[in-house]
Amino acid sequence: EKTVGGLMYGKRLSSLLQVVFPGELAAEGVIMTKLMQWLFGVSLLAVVWALTAYDLLDLNLPQTYRDVAWPMPAYLLVSFGCYSLAVIGYRVATFNDCEEASRELRMHIKEAREDLRKKGLRF
Amino acid sequence: MTSRTTPQQSRDSRDKYTVLLPTYNERENLPLIVWLLVKYFNKSGYDYEIIVIDDASPDGTLDVAKQLQEIYGKDKVVLRPRASKLGLGTAYLHGIKQATGNFIFIMDADLSHHVMHPCCMSNHKPYLSLLIRKQKEGNYDLVSGTRYRGSGGVYGWDLRRKLISRGANFLTQTLLRPNASDLTGSFRLYKKEVLETLVEKCMSKGYVFQMEIIIRARQLKYTIGEVPISFVDRVYGESKLGGNEIVSFAKGLLLLFATT
Repeated sequence: EKTVGGLMYGKRLSSLLQVVFPGELAAEGVIMTKLMQWLFGVSLLAVVWALTAYDLLDLNLPQTYRDVAWPMPAYLLVSFGCYSLAVIGYRVATFNDCEEASRELRMHIKEAREDLRKKGLRF
Repeated sequence: MTSRTTPQQSRDSRDKYTVLLPTYNERENLPLIVWLLVKYFNKSGYDYEIIVIDDASPDGTLDVAKQLQEIYGKDKVVLRPRASKLGLGTAYLHGIKQATGNFIFIMDADLSHHVMHPCCMSNHKPYLSLLIRKQKEGNYDLVSGTRYRGSGGVYGWDLRRKLISRGANFLTQTLLRPNASDLTGSFRLYKKEVLETLVEKCMSKGYVFQMEIIIRARQLKYTIGEVPISFVDRVYGESKLGGNEIVSFAKGLLLLFATT
């Protein structure tokens, strides 16, 4: 089967998922949907963030670690937003205007109409 | 004996290309698109057929299609009309069953994806041959035209429409991570059995269907090639990007996000 790689990957992740979210969410899926992948990724980040920012494991992390970690989600969100806007803006600005293609299309349409009429087509 | 210029580059090839044209009220456009297809296929020498699947258009599209059949022959223009408007997915299935080609082209009959060379390209090769060549190059399962890469582009779009299009595309790429840059475009070349498998798996309608089919292709690990094309807005008929279209896009996106 073509999907073998995908299935194995999916299985491993969904068994992990079953630990993280027990029940129906992971039970049915052999292949993780994009939604599950996102939930999985986001919750993983959230756990790491909570562990660091609130030192939940009592590792006696230096205060600077916690200070840096605490506003991190906001930073990430803002930088992702900026990145998105920059990419979209750049792509809008560089979207090709196909003047020539349009001219050529109009020319061909005229040609087609004449030729088809000659061949007896009633439009 | 070698001839220097060989327009019939693929005479020896056994490949046959079927073009599926689902139509609804395309009386104006159908003759033009068929004319262009015939012209380019004849020029390139590939074996072809055009299947018109008309869903009982009230404007008499079928009548025009019959005239075209008389002009170009029953083996080139094949008519497979249906009794009522039944949707894109079933139209393709219906068409595939009749197809005698081993490759299938899917395109809008409204001339948006006209079959000419992309702008900003120096060689005057029609899109058709570009897609065919790309397919042969990597033996791809499907080759998709893309407006978002290389020399691809659009014509007749204002800033608002470009912004929406790019924004929607960015969102889709981020959420779904498909292996293709243009999900809503509909000028594509498929291996016949690949299209058959994909269409059977697709559930959505309208142009969300074009998105779903390429997402399913990623799921099934089919290989995808891309060719830049220019999208010239509908010459006849009105093209709108209204709230409805945006809502149905959003719904389709969320559905695919949650289910694939």
